[in-house]
Amino acid sequence: MAKRSAPEVNAGSMADIAFLLLIFFLVTTTIETDRGISRKLPPIQDEDVVPPVIKQKNIFTVIVNRNNDLLVEDQVMQLGELRKAAMDFLDNGGGVGEDGCSYCKGARDPQASDNPKKAIISLVNDRQTEYRTYISVQNELVAAYNELRNREANRLFGMDYTEMEAKYNDPNYKGNKDKMGEQIDQVKEMFPQLLSEAEPKGS
Amino acid sequence: MSKFKKKKSGELPAVNTASLPDIVFMLLFFFMVATVMRQNTLMIDNKLPFADQVEKLDRKELVMYIYAGKPSSRYTQKFGSEARIQLNDKFADVKDIQKFIYAERETKREELIPYLTTALKVDVETNMGLVSDIKQELRKAEALKINYTTRIGEVAKNN
Repeated sequence: MAKRSAPEVNAGSMADIAFLLLIFFLVTTTIETDRGISRKLPPIQDEDVVPPVIKQKNIFTVIVNRNNDLLVEDQVMQLGELRKAAMDFLDNGGGVGEDGCSYCKGARDPQASDNPKKAIISLVNDRQTEYRTYISVQNELVAAYNELRNREANRLFGMDYTEMEAKYNDPNYKGNKDKMGEQIDQVKEMFPQLLSEAEPKGS
Repeated sequence: MSKFKKKKSGELPAVNTASLPDIVFMLLFFFMVATVMRQNTLMIDNKLPFADQVEKLDRKELVMYIYAGKPSSRYTQKFGSEARIQLNDKFADVKDIQKFIYAERETKREELIPYLTTALKVDVETNMGLVSDIKQELRKAEALKINYTTRIGEVAKNN
């Protein structure tokens, strides 16, 4: 008998099979977008609770109308200027004595906010406002808070506030989390995010 | 003469494709690992807005998704072009949101319920009326942690 070698399996179609699988996964893949602006909604309040009286100068009104125009403190404004305006308002520190703000670097205008702890940004939308405008405005306002918090966090702890928060939320972070949490709270307390949203107007 | 001819007739050697499967498999494994299967089939247009002050949603199992937007082109005949809400795989009404939240909570362990976040994936062209209706329902269901899912980029790209 002649020596017969076992026939080799033809692997030429392996690439085809792999390509088929590859294309399947390429098509079904969605690199999920799971990042966004986090917010906390206010709980529903009882009707009979009297809202606290807030001085007009401590309120920064941002109105977005149905044509997506921005009206800040009764002045028409472009979106690009909103961040600066909000920062100026929050960082103003116009109060004296008990209301004073030792770390504010603003203009200390007595007509604007007393103290970042009291300064409230009020956002009013129309029902016809587009979502994209709303998100842009939200983003700019959050950015104003973040920039101020970054400034203070850098002064006190030599690190950006956003970086601190990212580390705090990172499960793999090795440093001292309790201390980091305290520091975050301290910065948060200096510039609390007081962002109130009214029920949209119009139909 | 024939000697010369023989030398010239040497053909180009074929490119060796033996390692092609390896390369393809490498790509395949990358995509298999990176893939997250879509949970819901979207029946709406869902172009998310841009923002840069974003936070990451780390634990996917603790996120409930609410989609909103115009029905996509193949559903416009049936459902019209007005922006609508989608929960799971179905179009839903504003009043279904509370039920949806409660149903989602049922499936989670009790100690995890306070960490549940609602991700709002809303199309850029949606009116705020619908979004605030959703928010009002979420307040009623006491699902107060929300996240406006966005793409990362300058706000100026929104217009």
